[in-house]
Amino acid sequence: MSTFTFEVLISLKPGLADPQGKAVEGSLPALGWTNVSNVRVGKHVRFDLEATSERDAREQVEDMARRLLANPVIEDFRILATESA
Amino acid sequence: MTGGELHRQLGLADDELDRIVETLGREPTREELAMYAAMWSEHCSYKSSKVYLRTLPTEGPVVLVGPGQDAGAVDIGDGLAAVFKMESHSHPSAIEPYQGAATGVGGIVRDIVSMGARPVALLDPLMFGPLEEERNRWLLAGVVAGIGGYGNCIGVPTVGGEIRFAPPHSANPTVDVMCVGIALADGLVTAASRRPQAGSLMVLYGATTGRDGIGGVSVLASAALDETGEGSRPSVQIGDPFAEKLLIEASLELVERGLLEGLQDLGGAGITCAVSESASRAGLGAELDLDVVPLREQGMEAFEILTSESQERMLAIVRSSQLDEVRAVCERWGLATAVVAELVEGGTLTVRHRGDVVAAMPARSLADDGPVYERPLEPGSSPDGDDPTFRPFEGDLREAFLTVLAAPNVASKRWVFEQYDSVVQGQTLVGAGSDAAVIGVPGTMKGLALSCDGKGRFGALDPYLGAAHAVAEAARNVAVTGAKPLAITNCLNFGNPERPRVMWEFAESVRGMRDACVALDTPVTGGNVSFYNETGDSAIWPTPVVGMLGLLSDHRLRVPSAFARAGLAIYLLGDTFAELGGSEYAEAVLGSLGGRPPALDLEKERALLDLLHAAASDTLLSSAHDCGDGGLGIALAECAIGGGHGFAVAIEGDLPPHVALFSESASRAVVGVTPEHEEALVSLASRHDVPAARLGETGGPRAAFDGLFEVPVVELIDVYEGSIPRLLGETA
Amino acid sequence: MGRTTPRVGVVTFPGSLDDRDALRAVELMGGEGVSLWHADHDLRDVQAVILPGGFSYGDYLRCGAIAAHAPIMEEVAAFAQRGGPVLGICNGFQILCESGLLPGALIRNRSLRFICREVWLRVETAGTVVTGDLTPGETIRVPIKHGEGQFLATPDQLARIEGEGLVVFRYSSRHGVTGDEHNPNGATNHIAGVRNEAGNVVGLMPHPEHAVDPDVGPTGGQAVFASLLATAMARVGA
Repeated sequence: MSTFTFEVLISLKPGLADPQGKAVEGSLPALGWTNVSNVRVGKHVRFDLEATSERDAREQVEDMARRLLANPVIEDFRILATESA
Repeated sequence: MTGGELHRQLGLADDELDRIVETLGREPTREELAMYAAMWSEHCSYKSSKVYLRTLPTEGPVVLVGPGQDAGAVDIGDGLAAVFKMESHSHPSAIEPYQGAATGVGGIVRDIVSMGARPVALLDPLMFGPLEEERNRWLLAGVVAGIGGYGNCIGVPTVGGEIRFAPPHSANPTVDVMCVGIALADGLVTAASRRPQAGSLMVLYGATTGRDGIGGVSVLASAALDETGEGSRPSVQIGDPFAEKLLIEASLELVERGLLEGLQDLGGAGITCAVSESASRAGLGAELDLDVVPLREQGMEAFEILTSESQERMLAIVRSSQLDEVRAVCERWGLATAVVAELVEGGTLTVRHRGDVVAAMPARSLADDGPVYERPLEPGSSPDGDDPTFRPFEGDLREAFLTVLAAPNVASKRWVFEQYDSVVQGQTLVGAGSDAAVIGVPGTMKGLALSCDGKGRFGALDPYLGAAHAVAEAARNVAVTGAKPLAITNCLNFGNPERPRVMWEFAESVRGMRDACVALDTPVTGGNVSFYNETGDSAIWPTPVVGMLGLLSDHRLRVPSAFARAGLAIYLLGDTFAELGGSEYAEAVLGSLGGRPPALDLEKERALLDLLHAAASDTLLSSAHDCGDGGLGIALAECAIGGGHGFAVAIEGDLPPHVALFSESASRAVVGVTPEHEEALVSLASRHDVPAARLGETGGPRAAFDGLFEVPVVELIDVYEGSIPRLLGETA
Repeated sequence: MGRTTPRVGVVTFPGSLDDRDALRAVELMGGEGVSLWHADHDLRDVQAVILPGGFSYGDYLRCGAIAAHAPIMEEVAAFAQRGGPVLGICNGFQILCESGLLPGALIRNRSLRFICREVWLRVETAGTVVTGDLTPGETIRVPIKHGEGQFLATPDQLARIEGEGLVVFRYSSRHGVTGDEHNPNGATNHIAGVRNEAGNVVGLMPHPEHAVDPDVGPTGGQAVFASLLATAMARVGA
């Protein structure tokens, strides 16, 4: 068994209105940035996982993401594996 | 490393160090220095304010618990007690408005729970600088979001408060939070009632302990710890309302099952305060083992564990035979438990860490025998402006009226209170936006009437009167609902007490509060002092805030504020005098602050309160509204706006029209009476020696001031409701 | 022996807030309120289930996401499968969506702020366990209090929801007119509540349990609870 560190990035599906992203985008010009568009605000979940192999680990993380971490109705997710410990 | 310059860096004065050495009979350890520094701080020890607070009336037939416990309590009959207290969290809110306000709510709620009461209402008196400045808009939005974010998540309705805007608060926002709870009168958890014994255990439950709030004592860190840097020692506590909700339910279950000899929340000075105060109140000492404390961070030193202000933690005192049951309750609610201490005979608090005794001192010396100062006083002078009372009116009266109605201190605060859940628990009979909130008492027909009041502008002109007015106004706001004002809590917000001028303002304010509480028979059951509300040269005005609790024996007899129908006769109870000092008119229209606050005749105020109570009991009133900020004209407008009915009144007498409309004379109320009750009301008023002048009648779509001007009610609503959203750049 | 009052269960999750209020509403409207615990596998013989409002698990990760996996939810799903009446209020609606018992999802209010105020709801269908006593087109007044009430669905889900008449309530004016000015949170198509195909599972963001007592506010929730209790009563002995 090894310990792997994963990061799951969760974002709103494209096409869905993102009021938080809009609010952030609206605040940037006041600070001097008028060259920013398409702000989307998402979530970042990071954790350690024990598994026999990276492949097995990744499969487990996908399952976790689909069943709990992201809501497939409104969210997409992306999995990043960082170094194994 | 002990003594030397270190104590000064911790905020201890030289003579305070001497006292510590004398108490211990030796130099203090690092840990002991940290504990004394925390417990003898102004915030925890009240050292600059104690001599004055002792002069307040704290006893009475309804007072069950006075100052000195986690919260005060009054008897409301039916075997029940109302538990309540107000506290400030202004300094953290200035740095991080959301979390500062949120953790303020968390702290005051735990104080109520630790008395064995279920929290049933929150109120929040807030003060910010003018909304024209962006930073103040940012603070307002953050504080309101924080109060809502935390309060809404724990299931306690936020039903009232106050929001005021004044220039001195730009650098020093004031964030006070009041919580009210209900408990069985013989179920209150105090040392006197529960009598904790030697051998009983102190169980820490709730969240884990980290380095939150340690900033001030970080000078004690050993060299190795310095390398971890600022990030590991957050200066702002982060609240977890979900954890708080679990804490509330678990604690109340422990109370209900009779499993407690004591209960205390961990707030300022964390474990040190909770353990030393609990032990001291029981007349005992304690053996505290820091190794048992569940930690959130690695490598925490003893002084950090002792002074951590991590949120959402409680300390229960439990007989060892009941420990298993207590653990089971906490586990069911998903809360970790740790037996961190045992009560022992004698009065010594001994602290162990990694096998060594790191601190040992009399528990009393931390909790009760702190320094008491009588700081020098020097009377101050009032603000420079001319007395607006004698300045002839210039311009258009209708326009001036609408200007005052739109003033941020007067206009609707709906933008704020719609962000609070005022509905949860299903007992909110009257919510925010009225004179006082009214909460039903489950299982009875009773109602609790709650109001917070405190006008800094009056205090700026005269601290004694400002405080007296705060008590009077709070009592009046409660009385117009038909309730009987019972008792108060308070939050005393002032600048730096080391400045004789500020200390004088404080002393005068306490004197005013005392006189008013005695005259109106509303003792003080507890409260909070917030000093050092100043930045550079700018100190806040003397701002004592009063939280009044009143009782309606039958909530069905409550009297609404607004005109609910046409055809009511409108009466003004009380007298109007030429007094524009400190008025909203003076600020909004003249832009000045000067003169004297309105006079306050406490006997007349008492007479009005008694009249309102009697009239409500006799069901003579269709509506009753305090005549306060903005004066009579504004009070009438608010009645029209709230009820949707206009009126036609004639303002008679010798006063110039603008004075009659905008004077903020005390001891007045605007009432609506059905024609068949008029005679009885006039007669009752006469028996109470309260003037009652018939102004006119309700009805129609306009607010008409005979011979002066009129405004359609829809326009009144647009001005009143639209003002704050417009100032914030939004549509209503 | 004939039971004369139906048993209505109300689930308490860690962080549920309006559970006691829902129980009280059930009792006020003539039913027997039964407390159910999130960690149990026992519905205690109830004839209807309510998932109440609040902040279960602090709304952490997503509202209702963690509560959807509570042990009791297996029983609730099976109960719903058997046709049992299930009402999700506010956080309860969020939990039903997260468990897939209802279509769609709830996200943050468009204003990004929590809103507590009274609203009008237009009834869209009488064909559910909570609208039997109501008429389509009728409006009722109830309070809302939420920060995450904006209803969303995938295009397919939305087509199905509208196409099959799964909308139960829409935000509207007193006279039943819909529009942005009557929509407090930006919900798609002003949707305040939906049902499953069979009509036995209903979720709505507004709080009918806080609209049964005339002392504290409007009474638009009385018909909702009356309908639920009537449906539950019909299942007694079933």
